[in-house]
Amino acid sequence: MKTAAQSVLPGQSRAHEVVLSVRALAVDIRTHRGTVRAVNDVNFEARAGETLALLGESGCGKSMTAKALAGIMDPVCDLAGGEVVLNGTDLAALTPKERLKFAGPELGIVFQDALTALNPVYTVGTQLGEAFRIHRGLGAKEAKVQAIELMERVGIPEPESRVNSYPHQFSGGMRQRILIAMAVALNPRLLIADEPTTALDVTVQAQIMQLLRKLREEGQMAVVLITHDLAVVAEEADSVAVMYAGNVVECGPVSEVFSDPRHPYTKGLLESVPVHVGRGARLLSIAGSPPELHDIPAGCVYQSRCPLVQDICRSERPQLLPVTDRPVNDRPVDDRPVDLQDDADDYAGALLSRPGRAAACHFSEEINNV
Amino acid sequence: MSEPLLQVDGLCKTFHVAKSARGNTRLKALDGINLTVGRGETLGLVGESGCGKSTLARTLMMLETPDEGTVTFEGTNPFGLRGKELLSWRRRVQMVFQDPFASLNARMNAGDIVSEPWATHRNLYPSSREREARVRELLHMVGLRPSDARKSPQEFSGGQRQRLGIARALALNPDVIILDEPVSALDLSVQAQILNLLNDLQQELGVSYIFISHDLTVVRHVADRVAVMYLGRIIETGATEEVFDHPRHPYTAALMSASPKLDVTGVKRDRIVLQGELPSPLDPPSGCRFRTRCWKAQDICAEVAPEPRVTAAPDGGLRLAECHFPLETVKGLTGATATAG
Ligand SMILES: Nc1ncnc2c1ncn2[C@@H]1O[C@H](COP(=O)(O)OP(=O)(O)O)[C@@H](O)[C@H]1O
Ligand SMILES: Nc1ncnc2c1ncn2[C@@H]1O[C@H](COP(=O)(O)OP(=O)(O)O)[C@@H](O)[C@H]1O
Ligand code: SF4
Ligand code: SF4
Ligand SMILES: [Mg+2]
Ligand SMILES: [Mg+2]
Repeated sequence: MKTAAQSVLPGQSRAHEVVLSVRALAVDIRTHRGTVRAVNDVNFEARAGETLALLGESGCGKSMTAKALAGIMDPVCDLAGGEVVLNGTDLAALTPKERLKFAGPELGIVFQDALTALNPVYTVGTQLGEAFRIHRGLGAKEAKVQAIELMERVGIPEPESRVNSYPHQFSGGMRQRILIAMAVALNPRLLIADEPTTALDVTVQAQIMQLLRKLREEGQMAVVLITHDLAVVAEEADSVAVMYAGNVVECGPVSEVFSDPRHPYTKGLLESVPVHVGRGARLLSIAGSPPELHDIPAGCVYQSRCPLVQDICRSERPQLLPVTDRPVNDRPVDDRPVDLQDDADDYAGALLSRPGRAAACHFSEEINNV
Repeated sequence: MSEPLLQVDGLCKTFHVAKSARGNTRLKALDGINLTVGRGETLGLVGESGCGKSTLARTLMMLETPDEGTVTFEGTNPFGLRGKELLSWRRRVQMVFQDPFASLNARMNAGDIVSEPWATHRNLYPSSREREARVRELLHMVGLRPSDARKSPQEFSGGQRQRLGIARALALNPDVIILDEPVSALDLSVQAQILNLLNDLQQELGVSYIFISHDLTVVRHVADRVAVMYLGRIIETGATEEVFDHPRHPYTAALMSASPKLDVTGVKRDRIVLQGELPSPLDPPSGCRFRTRCWKAQDICAEVAPEPRVTAAPDGGLRLAECHFPLETVKGLTGATATAG
């Protein structure tokens, strides 16, 4: 399925190649109580043909990050620093006009609420054809042909007869397909999907996720999937960046982060899911609630809810640093690299690096294995 | 199970709406609902949006009048009651909504909100001193501070607002609380706090819950039994583990399969992904209402509506599924298939 030997179409990325690299992204909001930092030091990479999940609870800055990547921030928000390197070009350094020209065809975005994202007074055909008229210079007729083809691609039945319908004439699931079609119209290298199924029933969510996987594989797109649902991350994503109060606090391959979290917040989230505990048994929950943007403390953003908090956490903000692994002997045998499973004694105490894994915690090595 | 606290038989509710494509104007939101709720038990109610969950909840709250069928509560049909008797019945079934304050006066403080039900049920706590003490007690029960009574709803976080909604539902000492998507708007960590609270209250008070949720993981955690709804009918019921682990109705199997699972090993699983869309309840399919999306459908499914089949589950409880071709139960399970009218 994902082989590097795959043939690469022009304009397509090579499998696993880094398509998007976000470095130290920061966004400020100007409010009547002063300027606050809503996104701070966000770092991650998205690779071709893979899905990166941005995971976090509401208000942690996921949508703000998505809008900053796409260059569609609210007027009260400012990019306060960082790089957004898409396919070799730093979008943050471009003028809005250059950015539109470059990013329009290369970056597609899907929002949660299809009804507000679509314009109620234009037919879906007109809205789907827009990208072709603007970026490809097609006429109305040709654009409509493309629109019908797109509707077919995203699984909308009877596209010829429905191309002239208005958004409200479609079900919620079909509207979400239309939004996805608009986002992938020009075969972008990067697709950002901001909670694309949150308002939908699970049966429809499964259909939409299946569609996103199909499109990702066909086009070797890099997908940034924004969600608050850990199960969706476990099922859909290759890697994950966990956000808290505007910061990425942990990232890495999903299977590793979820089976061996190295940030107390990730661990707390995993333990809050009512699974693997007996029916009616007590769930471990995280006490308290996230800090307001106006009073994010100095030091670690998670300190007020963290069971491991120490003095240093209150004074020094932990950086997102590569996870240095626990000594081999501390890990269960089948969790060691294959070549170390038999003769672990020879490697007692060896620190193994885990590629792609990082956590922002002063005590990330002391978090017990779940 | 002993005598159920609440029993519903053949409940129907029709709404009159604008003409559909086929000229229908009668929307059967509930089309012959049967269910029971035992004392201290939690019944989970699941199904896609529009299948009638909230209408069922509103009918049990007597906010809607059913066109057919009966509700029996400890042997009495509340729809036959008048005056004082009706009032005292109303006290016994209470409801908690997804956002309990969407419809409430923003100028009321938390104490007013919790004590408002006593305005109609005056004899419950006649003196103002009793009422004040009871407000403090209720706030304490749901994990809020006495001083919170003076705050307005806007000053509370989502989780605290839901605690307040639960305190308000408890104010009349109900026997049954219907929870309609009570944790759906909450963040995961807060959701866990509220689920723990609901569990504690049930242990302490012996109250029964009807727990409506689209989140199957949550339902599996809280419910003793589940009822699966599809287009106005309950198409499968049984003990929670039974229904989740060995669904008999294809719709239940599809719903369970579509629900994302948190499997930390990262192994991707095969899924049943239903094709097609939910039909309009105004024009439900003939025969079996699930047939337009069912991968097991045969000719008979379009002609004859399946009768509920009752099976004995290994634990001695009853399983019910409305399907001509129910899925095999897994090997090792006993249970002769019987047909019940
Ligand atoms: N236009 C705005 N003005 C002021 N604050 C905002 C604005 N948009 C978002 N915020 C705040 O920024 C933070 C991050 O918001 P958002 O990115 O939407 O969170 P998420 O998508 O993770 O739920 C939140 O605290 C939110 O209240
Ligand atoms: N007051 C009403 N008037 C007309 N139709 C209604 C009314 N209330 C609910 N319905 C319809 O009844 C069906 C069931 O709705 P509801 O009980 O809200 O479903 P659920 O809670 O499962 O999402 C839906 O098709 C809905 O549109
Ligand atoms: S840095 Fe300190 S407060 Fe922050 S997560 Fe780590 S242990 Fe907890
Ligand atoms: S009766 Fe037929 S259509 Fe209905 S669920 Fe069973 S097999 Fe499917
Ligand atoms: Mg958001
Ligand atoms: Mg509802």
